[in-house]
Amino acid sequence: MSGSSELSRRDFIKVTTGIVGGLIGVAIGLPTISYLIDPALQESGKDAWISIGKFEDMQVGKPYPFSFTQVQVNGWERTSSSFGGYAIRKSDDPKELLILNSRCTHLSCTVNWHEESDAFLCPCHDAKFSKDGQVLDGPPPRPLDVYSEFRLSDDGRIEIFFKAG
Amino acid sequence: MWKKVYEWLDERIGLNDIYTNLLDRPEPKGNWWNTLGSASLFLFIMQGLTGIFLTVYYTPSPDHAYDSVQYIMEGVAFGWLIRGIHHWGATLMVIVVFIHMLRVFVTASYKFPRELTWLIGIGLFLTTLGMGFTGYLLPWNQRAYWATTVGTQIAGSVPFIGEFILKALRGGPNLSALTLQRFFSGHIWIIPLILAALMGTHLYLIIRHGESHYPTKED
Repeated sequence: MSGSSELSRRDFIKVTTGIVGGLIGVAIGLPTISYLIDPALQESGKDAWISIGKFEDMQVGKPYPFSFTQVQVNGWERTSSSFGGYAIRKSDDPKELLILNSRCTHLSCTVNWHEESDAFLCPCHDAKFSKDGQVLDGPPPRPLDVYSEFRLSDDGRIEIFFKAG
Repeated sequence: MWKKVYEWLDERIGLNDIYTNLLDRPEPKGNWWNTLGSASLFLFIMQGLTGIFLTVYYTPSPDHAYDSVQYIMEGVAFGWLIRGIHHWGATLMVIVVFIHMLRVFVTASYKFPRELTWLIGIGLFLTTLGMGFTGYLLPWNQRAYWATTVGTQIAGSVPFIGEFILKALRGGPNLSALTLQRFFSGHIWIIPLILAALMGTHLYLIIRHGESHYPTKED
C-alpha cells in the first residue's frame, strides 16, 4: 500500500470528520449569528407621505395648524409619537407653501400661533418666532424646522414626506 | 508550532492526563443504555446555550413577556429554531434523565460505592423538574399562567406550612409580576447553578469510581 495514491483509512476518517464537522459548524453557526444580529439588519421604520390637510382650506397668510402621529415599532414595543406644525400659504401656487415644524428648536416644546403678536410663541421659555419661523426673541439657537419635501396629491391634499428616525 | 504550544500547555496543565482520565478511561462492556448520562449532559449544555440566546430578546415582565416570545417566534431570524430547540429539548431532557435513572436502578448501579452518585442523581432529577416547572411559566400565555396557578396550589396543599410555601413560590398570595420575575431568576440563575454544581460532583464521582459492570447471573 505504501506509495499508492489512495487515501489511507485514517486520513479518510480525518477528512470526513473535518468536512462533516465543518458542515455542522456552519449549520449551527449561521442561524446563531443571524439570530443575534437580526435587529441590526431590519430597516428602521418606514418613510411615509402624510396628508396634513386640503390646500383649499389653507388661507393665504394665516398659519394652518396640523398634527399627526407616527408609530415606531421596535421589536415587540410600539411607541407612538406626535408631530405637529403649521402650513403657511403665500399664494395660489402650492409650491410656495411654507410648512413649519411646531417643535421649538430650544427644548422641543410645542409653539403656538398667536394672532395678536403675529408670531409663534413657545410656552416654555417665551421664545418668539416670526411667521417665517425666524427667531424674534428668546433662547432658540435656530429658526423653526421646515418640512421641505411636500407635494399636492390628486384630491387636493398637501402631503409631507416624513422621514423615520 | 501548534505541537510546541500544546506541549508547553501540557507540561503546565497536564492536558494528556485530563484526556486520559476523562475520555480514555477504562469502561466495562456496556451498551447504548450507558450513554444516557452523556445524553443528559449534552441536553443540559444545549438548553444552557439556547437559553442564553433566548435572553437576548425575552423580557420577564407581564407587560412584555408574551409579546417578546411572539417576537422571538415571528420577528427574529431563526428565533423559532432557538426557542423550538429549547422547548423540545426541555421535554427531552426530563425524559432522558428519567430513563437514565431507571437504567441505573435496573442495573443496580446505585450500590456501594456509588450510593452518593445515586443520591446526587436524585437531586439532579429534581432540579431538572424544577427547571421545567419554572420555565413553563415564562411564555406567560394562558397555559403557562394556569399551569403555574395549579402547580403552586399543589405545593400549597402541604400541611401546616403549605400557605407559606405557596407565598414563597409566588412571591405573595397571587400569581403576579413578582412570580414571573422570581421564576425567571430561578430558571436562569439559581436552579442552573445548583444543577451545575450537582453535575460537577456527579461527574467527579463517576470518574472516581468508573462505571459499574452489568450484573451477571451470579450477582
